[in-house]
Amino acid sequence: MNVRLFLWQRLTAAVMVPMIMLHLAVIFYATRHGLTAADILSRTRGSVAWALFYGIFVLAASSHASIGIRNILTEWSPLEDRAAGVSAIGFGLLLGALGLGAVAAVVSP
Amino acid sequence: MSARTARTLDHRRNLLWLAALVHRLSGLGLAIFLPVHFLALGLAINGAARLEGFLRWTDRPMVKLAEGALVFLLAVHLLGGLRLLVIENLPWAGWQKQLAALAVGISVIVTSIFLVRVF
Amino acid sequence: MSNTESELTVSLWRGAERGRYETYKVPMRENQTVLDVVTWVQRNLDPTLSYRFACRVGMCGSCAMTVNGGPRWTCRTIVAKVVKGGRLEIGPLENLPVIKDLAADMRVFFEKWQQAKGVFSPSKTRHDAIERIKSDSEARIAADLAIECINCAICYAACDSVRWNPDYLGPAQLNRAWTLVNDVRDGKNRERLQAVAAKGGCHSCHSLQSCQEYCPMSLNPTAAIAGLKRRTMRAFIKGEIKA
Repeated sequence: MNVRLFLWQRLTAAVMVPMIMLHLAVIFYATRHGLTAADILSRTRGSVAWALFYGIFVLAASSHASIGIRNILTEWSPLEDRAAGVSAIGFGLLLGALGLGAVAAVVSP
Repeated sequence: MSARTARTLDHRRNLLWLAALVHRLSGLGLAIFLPVHFLALGLAINGAARLEGFLRWTDRPMVKLAEGALVFLLAVHLLGGLRLLVIENLPWAGWQKQLAALAVGISVIVTSIFLVRVF
Repeated sequence: MSNTESELTVSLWRGAERGRYETYKVPMRENQTVLDVVTWVQRNLDPTLSYRFACRVGMCGSCAMTVNGGPRWTCRTIVAKVVKGGRLEIGPLENLPVIKDLAADMRVFFEKWQQAKGVFSPSKTRHDAIERIKSDSEARIAADLAIECINCAICYAACDSVRWNPDYLGPAQLNRAWTLVNDVRDGKNRERLQAVAAKGGCHSCHSLQSCQEYCPMSLNPTAAIAGLKRRTMRAFIKGEIKA
């Protein structure tokens, strides 16, 4: 399992590197131009491109964070491995659900 | 297992150890922030007005500073991760400490640019 | 005469897992090593002090202890280089159980060595031709860079992954496994890769790099473990080992 988790951690990290760059560019653009909620939403509503981009981003971030949290829990908390693993999965699922919900909120027409 | 000494363990006074700790703590910080971020964006589902209200709230200086901190966490975690990928996949290089310091330095610069733009 | 000019204030760990630091005054000399200091205390002040050493010339690694918070070979540590305000604090190596005073229990260190399959497994008999090893092959260069480990446990004591994860096999153990993975004569590398990919294996290393900072032989377990990460990844993708 360790190899699998390790691989997945590195893979999601690699996928997210360019995505984070783009995300930071979006943040800088939005803050620079003082975009309002209506401005932002008018650009994202009904957009398949943004849906795909942020959808994949959310899934990658949720799995990456979940595996990282698992390491922290096993090393820094008194939880046993099994409990740590279950908690980490729970956290990942929560993140994924909230994230996909947010993407849906922003892209649904 | 706690240390037998009351003083800071010497190996923790190392820049590379600190870089690893910063990487872990920034990841933890981002993991805690993300659910809040997603929840806020979810407000959009109720229409632009609700999201707009929230965005106006984030105009406050304290919130902008917190956002700056988040940009820092993101940048430093990303660059620290790249440093790790270099260690794990490229031939060993002697300039590790400089790389670690560079990662933090760039993160500070990126954060400063962000803060200057929003204030 | 002032304290810091002629005398050292030395705190030594006395007891086992539970114990305390006891303070002794030791005359300061030129070119004193920390081992000299410990020996002086045992011979002149307290014969009940327990500590370990053998060669006293930096070859065997037996005298490793925690000196002012860092693991060192005490026979090769000049007091003047580590003393802080005339004080020294000396304890047994961290991350290992204590037998008594300054002597740590090395058994778990060597048990993990076995677990990491840090043992050579021959693939030929005396009746086969001798394997020709090219000393400039990539594999041999990698093995040679890591081969000089004398099992002193300094890296193990310095490593926070060892401290935080009792299952973690350890830097020295994985470093030795790496030398064998690069040894073309070894016949059990599939089992070895499986062993270092298991719980507590190479993937528990977070590249904190205290190991290579402290290794008195200038070895680099972080790099060796990075190599194991690459090899186990490759083996897993090819289906040679199970996750």
